[in-house]
Amino acid sequence: MAYSDKVIEHYENPRNVGTFGKDEADDVGTGLVGAPACGDVMRLQIRVADGKIVDAKFKTFGCGSAIASSSLATEMIKGMTLDEAAQIRNTQIVEELNLPPVKIHCSVLAEDAIKAAIEDYKKKHQR
Amino acid sequence: MKLPIFMDNHSTTPVDPRVLETMLPYFTEHFGNAASRNHAFGWTAEAAVEHARAQVAALIGGDGKEIVWTSGATEANNLAIKGAASFLKKQGNHLITVETEHKSVLDTCKRLQRDGYEVTYLRPAKDGIVTPEQVTAAMTDKTVVVSIMLANNEIGVVQDVNAIGAAIKAKNPKTLFHIDAVQGAGKVPFDVEKAKADLVAVTAHKMYGPKGVGALWVRRKPRVRIDPIIDGGGHERGMRSGTLAVPLIVGFGKAAELAKEEMGAEAIRLAALRDRLFRNITSRLTETYVNGSLDAAHRLPGNLNISFAFVEGESLLMALKDVAVSSGSACTSASLEPSYVLRALGVGDELAHTSIRFGIGRFNTEAEIDYVADLVVKSVERLRALSPLWEMHQDGIDINSIQWTPH
Repeated sequence: MAYSDKVIEHYENPRNVGTFGKDEADDVGTGLVGAPACGDVMRLQIRVADGKIVDAKFKTFGCGSAIASSSLATEMIKGMTLDEAAQIRNTQIVEELNLPPVKIHCSVLAEDAIKAAIEDYKKKHQR
Repeated sequence: MKLPIFMDNHSTTPVDPRVLETMLPYFTEHFGNAASRNHAFGWTAEAAVEHARAQVAALIGGDGKEIVWTSGATEANNLAIKGAASFLKKQGNHLITVETEHKSVLDTCKRLQRDGYEVTYLRPAKDGIVTPEQVTAAMTDKTVVVSIMLANNEIGVVQDVNAIGAAIKAKNPKTLFHIDAVQGAGKVPFDVEKAKADLVAVTAHKMYGPKGVGALWVRRKPRVRIDPIIDGGGHERGMRSGTLAVPLIVGFGKAAELAKEEMGAEAIRLAALRDRLFRNITSRLTETYVNGSLDAAHRLPGNLNISFAFVEGESLLMALKDVAVSSGSACTSASLEPSYVLRALGVGDELAHTSIRFGIGRFNTEAEIDYVADLVVKSVERLRALSPLWEMHQDGIDINSIQWTPH
């Protein structure tokens, strides 16, 4: 399959790779989505201050498009409020990366990862 | 070193220049139809085709008169199984094959099931091997065909077809034994007599011949009869009508001759390259798993299939962009399912997604092996640094203990 230049660029220079500390701090929300048996797992983390995402990190097990989708997702959400980030749709990722139809599920997974991270953060702060 | 490097020799092989040379005159000067019996153009073409029959038959220990030319191995497998099942339908309606066979065998069997036949699909052991006892245990008095491949296209596992053939014939001499020898012929010793085979499919392009030509070997003594699946002018003793592709057939003949002559030395060289690749990779990376038998006698010399745990196969292929290899990952297949061959071996889907198949061939060099090994190690390390599963594994978390959400 031919990849778009943008997918290759993110794959070769992924942004915001990493993990926020092993003992998850209070200001961090973590989303872990996908399944190893399906061939893709994304972990996306956000660090929140005053309702804003001040930093984001990811690690992904998956194809080049999955890696690029999660890399792009971390870039997009940095600086957004939680509500803004929750509004991100997978179609924006599809468009930005020029994903072919068979790779749309990668963008869906990235959207799910953002939502899961936000939810995790909110859950921590309900208590 | 010239890039990209082709290390996917189970998918196809380049035409050997010596093969091409023998083919060329048959496109232009000697362009006759081998079925033209009344002029010199036809006679020249016919002589070339007959010579090629003998060359291909000699590779597998058969006689030239037993060769039926086809468009490739897919057609040969279809012809063997459908043709035999149809001809023998009064004798029985049961067939036996193996879960790890090529799709041209499996899907042919599935079609026969829709037409009322019964098929038993044997599950190989974890190393990919099927035993003679498994085969005979599945045989009934209605079993007309047993179809088993000589060597597997993904994991390179070589079956003990001689023992299987002997067991089949001891139980029921009337049951036909079909062997898909596409990957094995010309790579490992194989003889139709020793295997007690009745039908054998081979193809040119896996042995440095041209694409578009294959053959079905059909035993003459005792005579094996099959119904044709293509009707027409009655070529190939009525078993396969259609004008013969003379230049391709000539190339197939030459390729088979070269394979027969050079197989011994080539197998030693390929096995050494394969072992070098294996050592260079596995000595520098942990959590790698070889798929298929590690026993040299049960593996094609040029085959290596490794799962790199925690690194998805397609992303690894992307890193190996200057190297042509293939993966059992779902993402690389049209069906979005991981390799059914690995699944049949009991390899979990999460490991099947991380598998890479290396197919080393006649034109690969030691320098290429070292380049590929270095690139694989570097790329796996980079992708593991990106992998949440690798991080969990490093932290001692069992990824099977996590409640995943399949999608």
